[in-house]
Amino acid sequence: MSDNNSIYSKPVTFSVIALVAILVGSIVTAFYPLARDEMHPKLDTLKQYTALELAGRDIYQREGCSVCHTQTVRPLKTDVLRYGDYSKAGENAYERPFLWGSRRVGPDLARIGGKYSDEWHNQHFLDPRKFAAKSNMPVYPWLENVNLNPTTVESHMKALNFSYTMDEIVALSDKTELEALTAYMQFIGTSVDKFSLVVFSEDDYAEYNNIVKGKPEAAVRGKSVYLSECSGCHGKRGEGDLAMPLAEYGEDMDEMTAFMTIANGLDGFMPGFINTMTKDQIAGIVEYLRVMSAGAGSGTVQ
Amino acid sequence: MSETAYNNRTVEGFLISSLVWGVVGIVLGLLVSMQLWEAAFNFGQYFTYGRLRTVHVNVLAYGLGLGAIFGLFYYMLVKLTKRELVFPKLARAHLWLFNIGIAVATLSLFAGLTQSLEYAEFEWPVDIVVVIIWVIFCVNIFATIIKRKENQMYVSLWFMIATAIAVAILYLVNNMSIPATLTKSYHIFTGLNSANVEWWYGHNAVGFLFTTPILAMFYYFLPVSTKMPIYSHRLSMVAFWSLIFTYLWTGAHHLVYTPLPDWLQTVAIIFSLMLIAPSWGTVVNGYFTMESDWSKLQSNYLTKFFLAAVTFYGLQTIQGPSQAIRVISSLIHYTDWVPGHVHMGTMGWVTLTACAGMYYVFPKIYATTVYSVKMANAHFWLVFIGQIMFSLTMWIAGIQQGAMLKMTNTDGTLAYTFMETLAGIYPYWQLRTVAGVVYAAGMIIFIINIVMTIVKGRNILASQTAKA
Ligand code: HEC
Ligand code: HEC
Ligand code: HEM
Ligand code: HEM
Repeated sequence: MSDNNSIYSKPVTFSVIALVAILVGSIVTAFYPLARDEMHPKLDTLKQYTALELAGRDIYQREGCSVCHTQTVRPLKTDVLRYGDYSKAGENAYERPFLWGSRRVGPDLARIGGKYSDEWHNQHFLDPRKFAAKSNMPVYPWLENVNLNPTTVESHMKALNFSYTMDEIVALSDKTELEALTAYMQFIGTSVDKFSLVVFSEDDYAEYNNIVKGKPEAAVRGKSVYLSECSGCHGKRGEGDLAMPLAEYGEDMDEMTAFMTIANGLDGFMPGFINTMTKDQIAGIVEYLRVMSAGAGSGTVQ
Repeated sequence: MSETAYNNRTVEGFLISSLVWGVVGIVLGLLVSMQLWEAAFNFGQYFTYGRLRTVHVNVLAYGLGLGAIFGLFYYMLVKLTKRELVFPKLARAHLWLFNIGIAVATLSLFAGLTQSLEYAEFEWPVDIVVVIIWVIFCVNIFATIIKRKENQMYVSLWFMIATAIAVAILYLVNNMSIPATLTKSYHIFTGLNSANVEWWYGHNAVGFLFTTPILAMFYYFLPVSTKMPIYSHRLSMVAFWSLIFTYLWTGAHHLVYTPLPDWLQTVAIIFSLMLIAPSWGTVVNGYFTMESDWSKLQSNYLTKFFLAAVTFYGLQTIQGPSQAIRVISSLIHYTDWVPGHVHMGTMGWVTLTACAGMYYVFPKIYATTVYSVKMANAHFWLVFIGQIMFSLTMWIAGIQQGAMLKMTNTDGTLAYTFMETLAGIYPYWQLRTVAGVVYAAGMIIFIINIVMTIVKGRNILASQTAKA
């Protein structure tokens, strides 16, 4: 350091050496991978965005949804249980930029496509608290009032080199931002099959039914789960809303079928709950459905 | 006006701008912290959490952070090169452009114009302004260093040079995009590369915005304000080179367990662990410097700022590498633990060091003393307590939610729904807002103290001119 001829008294030499020091790691970890095939995989099932879906993705970026929602399921058992199959490299071939996120204030969305109906999403964006009373997700009422601008969306499609038809573009002027965002939600994750680590079987049913059936405390627990997880779609008192009423469902239900329906879900946008609920809780809900119908919705269980 | 006085005005301009942006960013920080526990605090399209959080981060990183960096760098540059800036007018233009740039950038983020790349959210027209700002800055820095009147370059100048070079490369590469319209562009890199380049950039934004410039300040303002020489220059040298070499390898530790190829993740994890050594080189250097005279803690109010700042930095650089390890990442990634880590760095290390620098510079500019040491002490303790409360609550919240999300029942199903884990952390979020208020109170006292110091200084100047 006291040496008057060291690099510490030659700013240009010093800067060049510093530049090299900075570049080595950059080249190996950021630039070199650009050229590697393993960084450009593509699933055969992966589709390009349609104009409507891309418009929705732009809105997702604009509203900053990615500061609360991730879009990557980690290959960890509990991530896969909660959200579905873990994220594949080949799902990302059209992602500019990637929207994996770094924070999960809300749940991961990598497998959201096809999980709910369009109507569910539309209503959820207008009032998340209808479906999850304690949600902190903001409301997005303005999306409903603004129609898409076809020229803007077209220039976006062009920039990304995605193929589109003029009919598709023209049709956009009738679509609201809300519809576009919902279309994007339904697109996400559709290149990967739906997947559940746990599947509920008939043996499971027998075991739990014996413990729970006819127990008032099971129905009380079932009610609280029902109110937090089911009422958004089936109504607070089972009167029906987005989905059919359940108020009379329990009257002559086949308990095993009810069990399997709640656990594994149905194709027409009834999500399965087996991954996120104990079998005990599901049995409690079935018991509650029975009690609810017996009291004809007047609420014998308080 | 003399050249020195002119340059001092520029320095002062940057520091005051920094504080103004700081107030905006901190108020927004309080608001976003409230939005997390009460959705009713989202007000209409321009004030939802999704947009405001980004504004909070950018206004503080670039308004408060860069403003302080530019101001304090120009000050140090003049002292360390023993000459005035080569282009003083350019520095003044830099000041104006900086404020216009931050204002436009902030408005554009409110409007929802974003590239969705963390710390690189600005759309391409704003990027161009940023590049111009950086070029002006580099021209002045390098010209002044080359024409310096002091043969040896001091450590702080090394860190300045590294900052200037690294930020230029990082910013230019990660902001390459395909413009579609004036207000919208798409990342030129796709999928895995988009993620990998972004976090190479993102981690080094932390490295060359929140670390190397702050180290430049630390190495200069610690010795000049406490009159204790840096313990070991050999250690400074080793720490400098190993730090700037290692930092660039670690970006993928933000992408642990994503579809990014394993080797990239593993390289990043290994280099993150190695990064402890160069970071602690500075921490040790700082401790030994202060050890030469602990009585300074009593006699010089700034000593404790440096002691606390470097301690936060030391904790930060142990915590950071641990977070990179796969098992730990699997628990805390995506949770509140990370904002806990972030704010120990930003509220503890970055703002404490920058504030100490400002406490030194403002009185120097006016050849006076700080308005009130008592207020400075109150500032210190409020910020210190506010920051510790903030990070502690977030670490607890992060571990609690992380653990609940991972808990399974004996039958192999998940123990908690997502909403149950979320509801469990609302109380911690409310406490965090309280912590933010405590911190903000400290910062307000700081700003009042600085304003009063300026008023005092200007009165002295005025009376001197009157006499002359
Ligand atoms: C403040 C953070 C926050 C922001 C911002 C936010 N969300 Fe959410 N989101 C949540 C939370 C919490 C939940 C879970 C509770 C619920 O369903 O409302 C959620 C749930 C969802 C769900 C349902 C997920 C599921 O599997 O049930 C979707 C879809 C969704 N959000 C989409 C969006 C979109 C699109 C945006 C941007 C327009 C957005 N969110 C913005 C916090 C947020
Ligand atoms: C996202 C909305 C949604 C939620 C949440 C939801 N369901 Fe459903 N549910 C549906 C839809 C839609 C159907 C009809 C599906 C079909 O026919 O394929 C359905 C069907 C059912 C059925 C079968 C009814 C019949 O007549 O066959 C039962 C039982 C049921 N749900 C119970 C529940 C319970 C219990 C919960 C809470 C744990 C719940 N659902 C949560 C949407 C929902
Ligand atoms: C009153 C003080 C502050 C409060 C209440 C506050 C609040 C917040 C909140 C609520 C978040 C979002 C956390 C989340 O995603 O869950 C955040 C993020 C962030 N804040 Fe602050 N903040 C404050 C001060 C600061 C300061 C002084 C700085 C920097 C100089 C800063 C820099 C950041 C950064 C960089 C992030 C992004 C972190 C990430 O992406 O993980 N904050 N802040
Ligand atoms: C040895 C040094 C450090 C290492 C190895 C390190 C490591 C990490 C890791 C692994 C994460 C990601 C956590 C996750 O999402 O799971 C992270 C996040 C972060 N760190 Fe550090 N850290 C270091 C020092 C610092 C310092 C000094 C600061 C100064 C403020 C800082 C600021 C941040 C910020 C802002 C983030 C949030 C990024 C985001 O998600 O937006 N870190 N760090």
